Amino acid sequence: MKPGPETIAAPAVSGKPVVRLAAVGLSYGKTRALDAVSLDMPSGCMVGLIGPDGVGKSSLLSLVAGARAIQDGRIEVLEGDMADRVHRRQVCPRIAYMPQGLGKNLYPTLSVFENVDFFGRLFGQDRAERERRIGALLESTGLAPFADRPAGKLSGGMKQKLGLCCALIHDPDLLILDEPTTGVDPLSRRQFWELIESIRAGRPGMSVIVATAYMEEAARFDWLIAMDAGRVLATGTPADLLAKTGASNLDAAFIALLPEEDRAGHREVVIPPRASGADGEIAIEAEHLSMRFGDFTAVDDVSFRIGRGEIFGFLGSNGCGKTTTMKMLTGLLAASEGTARLFGQEVDPDDMEVRRRVGYMSQAFSLYTELTVRQNLDLHARLFAMPAAAIPSRIEEMAQRFDLAEVMDALPDALPLGIRQRLSLAVAMIHAPDMLILDEPTSGVDPVARDGFWQILSDLSRKDQVTIFVSTHFMNEAELCDRISLMHAGKVLVSDTPAAIIAKRAAATLEESFIGYLEDAIGAGREMPVPTPVQSMAVDGTAPPPPAVPSTDRFFNLRRMLAYTRREALELQRDPIRATLAILGTVMLMFVVGYGINIDIEDLSFAVLDRDDTAISRDYALQIAGSRYFTEKAPITDYADLDRRMINGELSLAIEIPPGFGREVARGRNVEIGAWIDGAMPTRAETVRGYVQGMHQSWLTQKARELYGDAATVGDFQLAIRYRYNPGVESLVAMAPAVIPLLLLMIPAMLAVLSVVREKELGSIINFYVTPVTRLEFLIGKQLPYVALAMLNFFMLTAVAVFIFRVPFTGSFLAFTCAALLYVIVTTGMGLFISTFMNSQIAAIFGTALITLIPAVQYSGMIDPVSSLQGVGALIGRIYPTTYFVTISRGTFSKALDFSDLWGSFVPLLIAVPVLLGLSAILLKKQAG
Amino acid sequence: MHTANILQLGIKELRGLARDPMLLVLIAYAFTVSIYTASKAMPETLNRAAIAIVDEDQSPASSRIVTAFFPPYFSIPKLITQYEMDSRMDSGLDTFALDIPPNFQRDLLAGKSPTIQLNVDATRMSQAFSGGGYVQSIVSSEVSEFLNRYRSVASVPVDLTLRARFNQELNKGWFGAITNVISSITMLSIVLTGAALIREREHGTIEHLLVMPVTPTEIMVSKIWSMGLVVLLASAFSLVVVVQGLLAVPIEGSLALFLFGAALQLFATTCMGIFLATIAGTMPQFGLLLMMVLLPLQVLSGGVTPRESMPEIIQIIMLAAPNTHFVILAQSILFRGAGLDVVWPQLAALLAIGAILFFFSLRRFRQFLK
Repeated sequence: MKPGPETIAAPAVSGKPVVRLAAVGLSYGKTRALDAVSLDMPSGCMVGLIGPDGVGKSSLLSLVAGARAIQDGRIEVLEGDMADRVHRRQVCPRIAYMPQGLGKNLYPTLSVFENVDFFGRLFGQDRAERERRIGALLESTGLAPFADRPAGKLSGGMKQKLGLCCALIHDPDLLILDEPTTGVDPLSRRQFWELIESIRAGRPGMSVIVATAYMEEAARFDWLIAMDAGRVLATGTPADLLAKTGASNLDAAFIALLPEEDRAGHREVVIPPRASGADGEIAIEAEHLSMRFGDFTAVDDVSFRIGRGEIFGFLGSNGCGKTTTMKMLTGLLAASEGTARLFGQEVDPDDMEVRRRVGYMSQAFSLYTELTVRQNLDLHARLFAMPAAAIPSRIEEMAQRFDLAEVMDALPDALPLGIRQRLSLAVAMIHAPDMLILDEPTSGVDPVARDGFWQILSDLSRKDQVTIFVSTHFMNEAELCDRISLMHAGKVLVSDTPAAIIAKRAAATLEESFIGYLEDAIGAGREMPVPTPVQSMAVDGTAPPPPAVPSTDRFFNLRRMLAYTRREALELQRDPIRATLAILGTVMLMFVVGYGINIDIEDLSFAVLDRDDTAISRDYALQIAGSRYFTEKAPITDYADLDRRMINGELSLAIEIPPGFGREVARGRNVEIGAWIDGAMPTRAETVRGYVQGMHQSWLTQKARELYGDAATVGDFQLAIRYRYNPGVESLVAMAPAVIPLLLLMIPAMLAVLSVVREKELGSIINFYVTPVTRLEFLIGKQLPYVALAMLNFFMLTAVAVFIFRVPFTGSFLAFTCAALLYVIVTTGMGLFISTFMNSQIAAIFGTALITLIPAVQYSGMIDPVSSLQGVGALIGRIYPTTYFVTISRGTFSKALDFSDLWGSFVPLLIAVPVLLGLSAILLKKQAG
Repeated sequence: MHTANILQLGIKELRGLARDPMLLVLIAYAFTVSIYTASKAMPETLNRAAIAIVDEDQSPASSRIVTAFFPPYFSIPKLITQYEMDSRMDSGLDTFALDIPPNFQRDLLAGKSPTIQLNVDATRMSQAFSGGGYVQSIVSSEVSEFLNRYRSVASVPVDLTLRARFNQELNKGWFGAITNVISSITMLSIVLTGAALIREREHGTIEHLLVMPVTPTEIMVSKIWSMGLVVLLASAFSLVVVVQGLLAVPIEGSLALFLFGAALQLFATTCMGIFLATIAGTMPQFGLLLMMVLLPLQVLSGGVTPRESMPEIIQIIMLAAPNTHFVILAQSILFRGAGLDVVWPQLAALLAIGAILFFFSLRRFRQFLK
């Protein structure tokens, strides 16, 4: 089946439009992504959105799907205003949205089944219904045999089919697909469109809106919107557009539609044939190259030879091994087997000379976005060790040749994709290499820029005899190469000139012949069974769910909430590093802090400068040496020795006993003993001062008894000190109950923050935007697994405190556990609250550390009681939840308390739970900004 | 190894940093505001310690004791009944509760040596010890002054003159400021190099570097010198302007010697940053890993509590951490005015640890690139 415009019966473009846009505009900062877009999209047909990357296609689709908040203009979808929250809530079960990027809204660690199941739950389907629908969808897309495979390990084509299953689980009336086939091999692409056709056949009323960069796909759609630079160039059926421009294909039609200034200078790429006999010198030679990563063979026995000045193309889908092969050729990867030679020399990663002859331009734009165009060129010239004097003129030359003169001081991020591409090429060419290796250099570049780019390549090859090795998945680019290799699953299927390949398969186009080779290689649909027509899910008797959400479900539905809980738990379970750090990390930190924040001070070093050296002076020194707090070092000989040993930190305390000390004491005259304390560490010094004073006092008492008899020993009064709750005054007993609250704050809050911010950064947050999940369901659903994890932490930490640190637990464990549960709900809630205003993970990490660590350590009574704080610190201490949990923790651990004594500390925690949840729900956005 | 490449790549790192305003703000914050506020916020050991008094005597002697407690060391005492005492201590309202028994003054004058009871909440370790001592000495001096009006006492005439060296007033803020400078040096050097490496990988630029005539060693050394230089300059600024200037902490020793030590510390910690970045696959894992490493480094290096008081095994293990040596070195130079003759063992240890970390992370880095 070769779908073409004629194979689809032109649907009646009638009835009300499914989407109406009026003067829609959108800006990201200073960039205008959409500008005054007004159009109506007909319902019940395939609408195509065409144009290169970055012209506003994705922005437009996300607005239509309700994933992004409307800035200017009015958007009506399914006969209602998308700015109206009530309407969005009502129609979102009727819309399905598949964002751009392979599997961007999928969860890579979840299996195929679990992914679809998650979406089913989000739409509130019960188990029986989900299983029936998932079974039917996986069967018809050919994914059934892979139901247990993690989504991250699927090929690009399969990921897109899975995305489609997820989108179709709830029988949408409007299906929005954003570049569903970019980066997918031609066979999978064809199968994908066949699948869409059969779905449409089963649900004739369904409207489909598709954005695509492939013009040959667009030719089969019913109605097209051509876009450029945030504006609509033209709309109409493909035939209309061709007729309007008088072009023979859509590529040409699109170029003709562009404004005059953009298409100035554009001409068809003409690559002159290679001079015969030029293939004397071999530039690149690969012999039986293989690359294995564990069990997986990325590249399997690949061999080819490329002559000097040849343009050699590598064609294949994402993940077929093109990039790996290129990395082996450049020495980035050492081949598992086989050899690669550049200019007759075996590739050696350590040989800098070969690298000087190669220019490399990789898939991800390898430009330093923080450097200007000129600085980028300059840096590369210097790294290639060009003579400093030659660099400025070479930079000028490159600027002229690649038409960069006007943007020399701009930053790459500020430049359009097409210019950035030229800059990348200029960077790769700065040192005048003999060979260029280009890894998908033109993905996402508009046709005009792409043609310009190929014209440069042509000149380099033909005029400068530069060998060009290029990978692509665009067929029309492949046709421009002298020779191409078709790759699939690590193997080269065929290697020849484009014309010869077409001739061999007797096919009409290169794409046809490629598909032919792919089908041979796969063995006629082993992996991809021909899809069976998908009927509406309702076909087997049950009626489709009513489109409007029942009112009881509107604000809270347990199943939708648990969908997030379940998914979060599965992800946590499958990210061993995160889970391990979260569980073992807290226990490890408990040990560190428990032992580290040690307030018992023992074994302090001291020495005596005894200038008296009598029995009584030695007795004084012995008094100190005999205590467990001090360890005596060698006696001090003189002041210089004292200075030296105090400066190098050897002594914490030095005692000087004056000459004639014993004699004076005996005579009852005043004498003075000198003591020097190392004040570099004030806490330690204070403790030392206390110890020394105490010992001095007791020595005096003892002496008084010896000198004046027993009567003098009875003091005027006694001060009986009772150290309550911690009679041994042990650091661990005091610290452990305070460290548990600290750790139950830091780690759970950090995990909760990252769970949301990660979705924002990786893009799967879109599922929250476009499904009926409410904010509360999302927040509580995400919170539950982390509350459970934190409670596990709580029990482990308490066990460590009681059984390893031997801290006696005297109060009500039930009260402690209840308080802990409340507290971890609060701390994870704080994490969710922070996540509402953080967008990048690293900022979230720093922010959370700042917001949790400092108040908890300094203002929550862990070390200094809250009642001793003043000013801002006291205020924070009084409202910070950790303060109250520290009180409960110490109360239950050391003070034998239970609920009745501690209820006052439960109240603030009970208040904090709804307050945090409410704030997060208010601040969390249900649409992208 | 080409010095020109190392220089160029390092300059590239510096230019990149200059384009990241958020990071610059963070660095500025860590070396100025953060140090200033942390130093100012350090409470004295005894600051407004909460005390309550049960005065069952209601005599001139007992009221003399009650009025002897006042801020800043103690809060104004709450006069409570014996019945309230336990519940107030249970709920953590008071750290100290002093119980003066009935007939205290009568017994005192009669020489019967009455007993005053002091209850201390020993879960508040920081106040329990020093506060207990203060309470004892305040009560003693009030009682003896009271008694002196009635009789004279016999005692041994030995005085103890206590002097604290290097920080006479035992101002905790001084120490807090230096500890925070050290923490900032460690944290930023690890974060800057580690994040710079992960960022290069996430943006695909590291691969690009590798196809050029640049070796992994050159890439690593360029990151070490550039990020190390930034942190070194920031810490020098912080010491001179914030610590010496704004906080008026006297610095005894040679700033140049300290900065030399800091450079060696940076060598070790930047290598550690690269090492962590090669272990962590992603930014969030790097973030979690960072916390696991930073906290022990700071808490157990001797900057927070004295090394002598830690278990022997921890003391030995922590000898492998650069921070331990750097904290000793910083205290010696900045407070005690120590010179090269004193701190050379620490300098040697830092150099050795740095060298080991360097070769270890270079090996990891090479593997990581494959």
